[in-house]
Amino acid sequence: MATKQSKGKTGITRPRNLATLLSIILPGLGQLYNRRFLKGILIFLVSVSFLVTTWNYIDIGIWGLFTLGTIPRDHHSIQLLIQGIISLIVIAFGIAIYVYNIRDARKDAKAREDNKPNPTLLQGMTSFYDNGFPYFMILPGLLLLLFIVVVPLVFMLALAFTDYNQYNAPPRNLLNWVGFNNFKDLINVGIWKDTFLSVFSWTIVWTVVATTLQIALGLFLALLVNDKRIKFKRTIRTVLILPWAVPAFVSILIFSALFNPTFGAINRDLLSQFELMIPWLSDPFWAKIALIMIQTWLGFPFVFALFTGVLQSVPQDMYEAADVDGGTRFQKLRFITMPHLLFATAPLLIMQYAGNFNNFNIIYLFNGGDPAVRGQNAGGTDILISWVYKLTFETNNYNMAAAITIIMGLIISVFAFFQFRKTASFKEEGRY
Amino acid sequence: MAMSRKKKSKIEVAFIYLFFLIMFVIIGYPLFWALMMSLNPGSNMLVTDLFPSAPTMEHYKWLFTDPKSDYLIWYRNSLYVAIVNAVGSVVITSLIAYAFSRYKFVGRKYGLYMFLLLQMFPALMGMVALYILLNTVGLTDSLFGLMVIYLGGQIPFNAWLVKGYFDTIPKELDEAAKIDGAGHLKIFWTIMLPLAKPILAVVALFNFMAPFMDFLLPRIVLTSPENYTLALGLYNFINDQFSTNFTRFAAGSILIAIPIALVFLLLQRYLISGLTSGATKG
Repeated sequence: MATKQSKGKTGITRPRNLATLLSIILPGLGQLYNRRFLKGILIFLVSVSFLVTTWNYIDIGIWGLFTLGTIPRDHHSIQLLIQGIISLIVIAFGIAIYVYNIRDARKDAKAREDNKPNPTLLQGMTSFYDNGFPYFMILPGLLLLLFIVVVPLVFMLALAFTDYNQYNAPPRNLLNWVGFNNFKDLINVGIWKDTFLSVFSWTIVWTVVATTLQIALGLFLALLVNDKRIKFKRTIRTVLILPWAVPAFVSILIFSALFNPTFGAINRDLLSQFELMIPWLSDPFWAKIALIMIQTWLGFPFVFALFTGVLQSVPQDMYEAADVDGGTRFQKLRFITMPHLLFATAPLLIMQYAGNFNNFNIIYLFNGGDPAVRGQNAGGTDILISWVYKLTFETNNYNMAAAITIIMGLIISVFAFFQFRKTASFKEEGRY
Repeated sequence: MAMSRKKKSKIEVAFIYLFFLIMFVIIGYPLFWALMMSLNPGSNMLVTDLFPSAPTMEHYKWLFTDPKSDYLIWYRNSLYVAIVNAVGSVVITSLIAYAFSRYKFVGRKYGLYMFLLLQMFPALMGMVALYILLNTVGLTDSLFGLMVIYLGGQIPFNAWLVKGYFDTIPKELDEAAKIDGAGHLKIFWTIMLPLAKPILAVVALFNFMAPFMDFLLPRIVLTSPENYTLALGLYNFINDQFSTNFTRFAAGSILIAIPIALVFLLLQRYLISGLTSGATKG
C-alpha cells in the first residue's frame, strides 16, 4: 500500500476504494464509475434479473428451512425443506456474482490508477473468456453434481434433525426441528440401541473380514500366477477374472439360490454327501459365513487383476540384487514385492474397504438382510446401509435412517481421509 | 542337493496347479450350475438337475417370443440408458477433469477434496431426496430421470480418475500449442482428448456397464414394466416367487452375462492400467 499511491489520494477518495464501495452498494455501479459502461450495465442487469427471478423462491425457501411450515396440510414440510436447501445454493451463486462484481470493479480501478487504457470490447471479452474458462468447463457437471449428489445428501443430513417418521409425515403433519434427539434415541432407547450396536459391529466385522479376505486371496493368486515356473498364464488369468466379469447382481442371485436350504445345490448336492444340512439363510451365523464367502468370490478378481498388473512393473534387477545378497524368498516378498504392490495400489485398496462398507447389493440380494432377530428392527445380516434402506423404504423411519446415514458418512470420511493421504495426486499440487 | 531342490520345486509347482484347479472349480461351479438350470424344463426348482435328462431351450424361447415377455424391451431400455450414459459421462467428466488438471481457479483445491469425499458416498444415501426431486420435476418412472441420476452420480469418481490421468500428460505439450496460438478448447480437443483415450475408454466402459449391473436405482425410480432395465426386470422374475421362476431368470441372466463378460475379458487390461494410473499416480 505504501508504494506508489497514484495522485496522492488515500482512503475513500482513492479510485480503487471508491469503485469497490460503489459496487458493494449497487452491483455494476463501480464499473460505471470506471467508465466501463457496457460491463457495468450488464452486471447491473444480471444482478437485477437474478434477484427478481429468485427472490420469491428464496424467500419462501429460507422461511421454510427455519419453520418447516406453519399450517398443516397447507404447508408441505418436506418440499419446503428441499426448497430451502436449493435456495441456499441459489444464494451461493448470487454471492459469487456479487463478489465477482466487487473484485472486478476494484481490479479495473487499479488498472486505471496505473493509467492503463481501458481495454476494447474485444479485449474485455477475450479476458473474460480466458479467466472464466475453467468455470464454464465445470458448470454443467457442477450443476448436475449439486442437484443429484449434494442436495440429496444435505437433505438426508437435515432429516436427521427432524421428527419425520411414519406417524408424523407431511402433508398431514408438520415436521419440527428436534436437535440431536434422534441421535440420543439411538443411544438410549432400548430397541434402537440394541439394533444399532449389533448392526454396527457386524458392519465393521463384515468390512474388515470380507475385504481383507478378498485382498489376501487376490494377492496370493497374483503371486502364484506371476511365478516363473507357471505356464498357461493367460488362460489362468482369464478364468480367475471371470467372477468380476459376470454382473454382480446375477452372481449374487445365483448364490442365493445355491445356498437355498430346500432346493439349493450346496445343501442338496454337496453337503448331503456328508449328511450335513446347514441353515444358510435362516441362521444369522451361517448366513454371515455365506456372505463373507460370496463376497470373497466376487471381490478377489479385481484385486488379483490389479496386483498382476503392478507385479509386472516391479524392476527385475531388484530381485537379482537380492539373489546376490542371498535373500530368501520370503525376504524378497516382504521387502521388495509388498512395498511395491502396496504403494501403487493403496488408494484402490482403501476403496475396496469403503466399497464393502457400503455393499448394499450383496446383503439385500442374498437374503434381504434376514433372518429377523428378536428385539431388533434390523435383520441378522443387515449392515448399516441395508438397515438404512429398510428404515427408509419399508418402515418409513426417515429420521432415524438419516441419523444413521450421518454416522455412516462420518465413518466414510475417515476412509476418504486415508485415501487422500495415500494419493499422490495431492502431493504433486506444488506444480502450480 | 541340486536334484532334491529340483524335485521340491516340481512338487511346489504341482501344488500351485492343484490350487488353481480348486479355484477353477469354485469359480466355475456356480456359473455352470446357473447355465444348467436355464436348460432345465419347467420351473420347479425341487426337481431340477445339474445334468437335466432332457435339456431344453424353452426358457430362452419364452424370453424372445412369448407375448408376455418384456425381455427385448428391457434390453433396448438398458442399451439406450447405457449408450447415453457412456457418452454423457465422458463429455462431462473430461471437461471437469481438464479444468481441474490445467487451470488454477477459486475453489479448485476444495473441489478435489469434495470429489474424493463424495465418491465414497453411495447414491442410496440420498435416495429419498432424489425421489422427491424427480417427482417434483415429473421424471419418476422415466429412463431420462434414471440417466440424469447416473450422469450426476458418476462425476466425483470419474472426474478424479480422469484428472489424475490428465496430470500425467506433460504440460509442455499444451504450452507449446498455446505458443502456436491454440485456444483453450483447441488444446483440449487436439491434445488432451487424443492422449487420454485409454482412460476415457475406461470411463465409457464403466458407465456403459453400470445400467446393466445396477438394479437398486431402477427399482426405486422405475415403476412400469415397459420402462424396466434388464437388471430390474430379471430381479423381478425371482423377487416374488423365488423358486418358481429361477430357471427363466437363469436363462435371461446368461444372455446378459455372456456379452458383458466377453467385453470385460477383452478390455480388462485397459481397465486395470487405466484405474491404476488414474487413481494412484495422479
